[in-house]
Parts: sequence; structure tokens; C-alpha cells
Amino acid sequence: MDFTTLLNQMPGAVAQGLIWGIMAIGVYITYRVLDIADLTVDGTMATGGAVCVMLLINGYSMPVAIIGAVIAGMLAGMVTGLLHTLLGIPPILAGILTQLSLYSVNLKILGSGNQTINTRKYDVLVSMGELRGVPFYQNPIFVTAIFVIVLICVLYWFFGTAMGSALRCTGNNPNMSRAQGINTNIMKVFGLMLSNGIVALAGALLAQYDGQADVQKGRGAIVIGLAAVIIGEVLLSKLLKNFALRLSAVVVGGIIYYIVYQTVIWLGLDADLLKLLSAAVVAIFLGLPYLKRRFIRPSIKSIAAQEEGGTNA
Amino acid sequence: MLELSHVYKVFNANTVNEKIALKDLSLTLNNGDFVTVIGGNGAGKSTMLNAIAGVWRVDAGKITIDGVDVTAMPEHRRAKFLGRVFQDPMLGTAADMGIEENLALAARRGKVRGLGWGIGKAERAKYREKLATLDLGLENRMTSKVGLLSGGQRQALTLLMATLQQPKLLLLDEHTAALDPKTAAKVLALTDQLVNENRLTTLMITHNMKDAIAHGNRLIMMHEGRVILDIAGEDKKKLTVDDLLAKFSVASGSEFANDRAMLS
Repeated sequence: MDFTTLLNQMPGAVAQGLIWGIMAIGVYITYRVLDIADLTVDGTMATGGAVCVMLLINGYSMPVAIIGAVIAGMLAGMVTGLLHTLLGIPPILAGILTQLSLYSVNLKILGSGNQTINTRKYDVLVSMGELRGVPFYQNPIFVTAIFVIVLICVLYWFFGTAMGSALRCTGNNPNMSRAQGINTNIMKVFGLMLSNGIVALAGALLAQYDGQADVQKGRGAIVIGLAAVIIGEVLLSKLLKNFALRLSAVVVGGIIYYIVYQTVIWLGLDADLLKLLSAAVVAIFLGLPYLKRRFIRPSIKSIAAQEEGGTNA
Repeated sequence: MLELSHVYKVFNANTVNEKIALKDLSLTLNNGDFVTVIGGNGAGKSTMLNAIAGVWRVDAGKITIDGVDVTAMPEHRRAKFLGRVFQDPMLGTAADMGIEENLALAARRGKVRGLGWGIGKAERAKYREKLATLDLGLENRMTSKVGLLSGGQRQALTLLMATLQQPKLLLLDEHTAALDPKTAAKVLALTDQLVNENRLTTLMITHNMKDAIAHGNRLIMMHEGRVILDIAGEDKKKLTVDDLLAKFSVASGSEFANDRAMLS
């Protein structure tokens, strides 16, 4: 095992981590803000890539291709939202239904299971061929980082508005939200659209980066997104109270996920086992808080300290 | 201000668990009425409040608030007429959001929530002032998460939220039942203060007969989904708990079967 091979793979891991970090921000909006585990994203990730690549192939410009992908993602989110709010289907099932139907939709968009584009021929924003030997402003790491920063700024602003507050409130306490005049159904649909639009954006960037769109691309995306959210929270939650910083933590979680991913491959782990490993890691981190509550009792000292703090408060 | 006419609500219709929760319920509240509601378990008190709030649609009958027919109006649209405080202190506020954020959400009840800031500078100063009147020290913890507050503090905050935007009707669903006696008395005193200051038309459910007699200008007793007793003005002031129990037996033809109400 040559350590320089691993080092050489790091820029690629960071670039992919940033793209999946964008996807994880989408997951954060549903999973943490809306309190819905939305499985639509597995389909939306591939849809974003498929729409982007097909628009490029058909001669549309790169910005149009990306915007088209985002709109397609938002439509997918809307379908899940309407299945949930209009038909009363539990959100997890609604997401699974949309995800499954998106597989057919993606096949129809692509015309086959896979479409490649020559990233030298097309005007793409990010490409893995540009990790080295190009001016820094063309480097996919730089370009994606700009996307991440702009996205976090926009979301930070949005969740501070009256409408954004209503969305957060809907996830936090739907009964109270309705009592305060918030249409929680519209908020849920809107939140799912916002989330899936962001996921499709990540899908579009990833397809450009890879130079191909594939119907299989999004399989297990929700697990990677959750892993990024959880890694970011576990490592940085003590430091980061502010909403914008928490979103940044999610992106950092995505980057760490891909660095670990490259490292275990470098260590010689069978690539077939990677999804099993990802799922196991997410299961462990999702389960930890519960196990902690169940088996670790707070020491008497910390209870006393808490009570003291409580009376002061 | 509020008119319920011939309202019916059946739960689990056509099953063995069928329960007629509201049965030909009619009730009219005049502007400024502060009505206390008592009745045994399952008498339909909370169901009546939920029917008014629009948690679900009633099966028959008509509900109007301030002349507006709200019978078919969804819960979030009726909210502009109503201030609500629930029995469970957890229900009335968003735990993961700050105190000032909760107030800002309540201040926008019934208004369009657009892309303006969720909370303005001038608003903040106003909330600080209002919170100071609660005398709980909350004005110095404006950005604290509501989840960190005690049950009493949360109910006081929910009351403030319910009255921040003058509601046509204030609905209190046993809002002191989950609190210890001392805190409950405080929250009740605050309720009186806010209702009087804002001249609010109020419906307050309580399981405590003494409270029901001591507060408000009118008392109704419910049994099997309708109002069986309605006492107002001077007659109400002269009421005693024994009177109420006696009147209940006469009106319903049974003993008042609610240990909680008997003991308190």
C-alpha cells in the first residue's frame, strides 16, 4: 500500500464530499427541520443527474441544465408531499413510492440506464478531470465550495424569515403550528420541494463531475446523506449552535465520509461491502442516543449540578 | 361572539367503540363573556373546544365566530380568530425554538408569512416588555429554547402568545391541570389579568369546581355531549361546590362521577 496513492485520491474525495455535502443539506432540511425521513432523495439524486446530462446533450447551456435539474427535483419532492398531505400516506412510504416511480422516470429521461458525456466537449462546471493542472477557479473543489457557501447563506436567510420560521415550527410542533395559523400541509410540501431541489442540484453537479448520469447513481443516497448529517453533528454539535454553522457541519460530515470511504478502499476493503459498512455506521450513530438514555444513568453529581442550574434558571 | 347550534360529533361511528361526543350541542357566547366549563370525564368539554378550533369537522350543526360561519373552515384558517392554550404545556409552544421566536410566530397568527424577517427589532423590544409583566425573568432569556422552560413558564408564555394578537375568542383547555397548585394559581391569576386587560371572550375548561365558580361571569356544566346547566351573573356568584353537585344530580339524573373534580 502506497501512501501517496491515498494522498493523490484526497482532492477527489474532498470534491465528492462537497457535492454529497450539498445533498446532505437537502436531507438535513427534511430529516432535522421537518422531522420527516424522506426517501425520495434516492430517486431525485439520479433524476438531477439525468436531467442535467440530457439537457447538455441536447444543446442547452450548463446553467439551464442545472436549473432544469433543480426544477425536476422540486417536482419529485412535490409528488411525495402531495402523496403525504392529500392522500394521508405516511411520509416514509410516500417517499418510497416516489423513489420507485422515479426509477422508471429516470430510465425514460436517459433513454437507457446510462449516458456519458465528454466533459471536454461540453461546458461543464465541475469535472474530475480538472482536479489538477487548471487555474484554481476552475477546480471542482473551489467551484463546489462556492456553491456550498452561497447555498448556506441563502438557507440561513430563508430560515430567518417569517415563512422559514413557519417551516421550522411545522417540523417542531405541527399542532401548535396550526393553532398559530400555519398551513402545515403547504409547509411540508414546500419543505420537501426545497429539499429535493437541493438534492437534484447535487445530482446535477455529481453527473458533471463524473461525466455521466446513471439510474443507479442515487441508490442508498439517503444513507450517505444521513451519515453526513450525523457525522457532522457528532463531531461538531458542541461547537456549532448557529443554524448556518450547523449546515456547514453537515457539509464537513460529507467530506469526512468520502475521506474515510477512500481510505478504507485504500486499505483494501472489498468495495462490494461499502454499502453494508455505510448502513452499519449510520445505524450505530442513529442508535447511540437511545442506548445512551437506556444504559447510562447520569451520576448523582451531575444530577445535583443540574438541579442547582435549574433553580438558578 | 360565538354561536354553536345543534352541533354533533361522533367518534368511531359504526364500530363497537362508537362514542357520541357532542349531541345536539348549542351554546351562545356574548361579547366579553368569560365562561368556565365543568363536567365529568367524557362529557365533551375538550371535544367542544376542538370543534370550535376546527381540529376536525363536526358531523352536523353550525359554528359561527363573530358572525363568520367557520363550520367548514380548516384549523389553520380559524386560527386568526382564536387564542388557544392546551392542558399539556408541551403542546402550546415549539420546544426547539427560542422564546422570542415563539412569540413572533404567534404575533403573525392569521397574517401572510412572507420573506420578511421572522422577527424585527421593534418587535423584540415589545416582547421584552410583555415578558417582563409575567415576572418570571423570561425577558432576560429571550433567545433560550422554550424546551428549557418549566411547565408553568411554558403555560404563561402560551397564554401571552394566545393574547399577543387579540383573539375574538380565547380557548383554555384545562390549562392549569398539569401544574402544581402554586403554579396553577399563578397561571390562573395571569389568565384573569390578561382576559380583563384585553376584554377577551373566553371559554375555560377546568376540573376544579372552586376555580370554575371563582373565575368568569358565567358557568356551564356539560354532560353526555351537551350543556345541562348554564348559570350567569349574580346567581353564579352565590354558587357553592355543594350546589353544583346537587344541581348536577338533578340535571343529569346521576351522581357527579369525577374523582378529580370532587377532591379538588
